[in-house]
Amino acid sequence: MNGAERMRRELMIRVVRDFTGGRLEETIDRIPILLRPKNAPFSRCCLYHDRAVLKYRLMALLGCRLEDEDDESKPLSAYLNEALAADLSIEGEPLTVASAGCSGCPESRVVVTSNCRGCFARPCLFSCPKGAITVENQQSRIDYDKCVKCGRCEKACPFNAITRTVVPCESACPVGAIRKNEHGVAEIDFSRCVFCGQCFGACPFAAIMERSQLVHILQAMKRGQKLVAIVAPSALMQFPGSVEQLFSAIHQAGFCDVMEVALGAEETTAHEAREFVEKMLAGQPLMTTSCCPAYVELVRKHVPALLDKISTTPSPMKFAARQARARHPDAKVVFIGPCIAKRHEAREAAEVDAVMTFEELGALLAGRNIDLQGQPPWPLERPAAESARNYARSCGVSAAVLDELRRSIPELADFKLDVQTINGIDKKTLRTLKLHAAGKAPGNFLEVMSCPGGCVRGPCSLVK
Amino acid sequence: MCADKIKIDICCGTTCYLLGAADLVQLEAKLPDEWKDKVEIAAVPCLEACTTDKLGQAPFVRVNGELIPRASAEAICECLFELISGQTRGGAR
Ligand code: FES
Repeated sequence: MNGAERMRRELMIRVVRDFTGGRLEETIDRIPILLRPKNAPFSRCCLYHDRAVLKYRLMALLGCRLEDEDDESKPLSAYLNEALAADLSIEGEPLTVASAGCSGCPESRVVVTSNCRGCFARPCLFSCPKGAITVENQQSRIDYDKCVKCGRCEKACPFNAITRTVVPCESACPVGAIRKNEHGVAEIDFSRCVFCGQCFGACPFAAIMERSQLVHILQAMKRGQKLVAIVAPSALMQFPGSVEQLFSAIHQAGFCDVMEVALGAEETTAHEAREFVEKMLAGQPLMTTSCCPAYVELVRKHVPALLDKISTTPSPMKFAARQARARHPDAKVVFIGPCIAKRHEAREAAEVDAVMTFEELGALLAGRNIDLQGQPPWPLERPAAESARNYARSCGVSAAVLDELRRSIPELADFKLDVQTINGIDKKTLRTLKLHAAGKAPGNFLEVMSCPGGCVRGPCSLVK
Repeated sequence: MCADKIKIDICCGTTCYLLGAADLVQLEAKLPDEWKDKVEIAAVPCLEACTTDKLGQAPFVRVNGELIPRASAEAICECLFELISGQTRGGAR
């Protein structure tokens, strides 16, 4: 855990605590000051800057799109009242950038540091393919009109004197969706963004924030709206105690029922296996999974040639939400998981009304003083299949589908199954994906997970 | 034997868990080998230190009854060192 995660969680806990105590409207404007009182240590340039960013952090926690702020003098209590009066579901993209929090990191380049000893051999100068290095006053210098940032000098220097400055958000983003705007602060281009959440985790200033529905959910509970929680399989191992105890705690926190998304994953498996056979028999060369929403968004925006290869099988979340609705027609459905892209998928899907992250769930339990130890086990109707719970791990989906194929579809013997997996989306695996799109990579079943390791390593998981 | 062991209670109440205790669960692995049979590590329910601002910040750990706020593996080791060797690290204070 780092300082940014800690602050995020502290704020969430405080908001839940004050909401539950019925005093949030009165405390919310004070929270930035209470957390950064005078004479206390601060993290940015000064106390006041910290407080200003805390205000934006709370706005994002209230679901605001920070880019839309048009009145800087508007107090948090006014934003809170809007959130309290609003519907459960919120519109628009799940990520937002606090420009006041962005440090405007200087553009990435290769720099010579004071470690340079102006040595005799000058490997940097000799390794540079562009002749960009000269030596002046016993120090190497880079001519940035010539430098192509290849980094060879960096590797050649025996003193580690040459280094590369990075813009963490930009280098984390696999699709070039985050850039500086004309004011020098980061801005997300949502025509490119796939909501993978990598910038969110990478920014050391924590300027990239998720737009939360936490307060909307709290308010719906208070209004007496029935809410069913559907919990992603990656919840296993995220909290101390058993799944059954976790589910009891979730129920105690205010949900009328708690169900496993893995039950939906069972349906996804059966459906996807059938679809795969149909597609193969129809002569389609490749089918890919569809359960990772960041991957689906990636294909839509960056690899359209793969669009018709994505399975049309609904995701486990959608199947589970349908089960929840069938069981509780009068309730709203809240998906609980480690994922930012699911917020986007849920906003587009009719089945799910709100999304909550594991961090937010943890804060809900903490803020309501609900402990996991000592919880009675929740009476699961039946535990979901092991293979379905394994969806949360890389290779889990393909293993489940493969298993299903072997078990239930005998005509499978007629063609060769060739499973490939992409474990984590980055600039390199994106190139592999494009090869698949062009039919230049092996495999007829492709599993893609945006997070390396699978959902268990999601951007909003508690234990990484 | 057991009575002589140093008791380390890691609070696994939800607040502490969320604010860092999740990372302390592997504390045992971080201890020097020669300390391992001298301590008894337990994950305990909420120590009720999180309900007031007065005792410092979560995560809380109790070592032989002494409460360590904002506990880290390093802070716990420091405390163990004092108990085991009877002195503070880096000489007497
Ligand atoms: S959760 Fe640790 S003291 Fe309460």
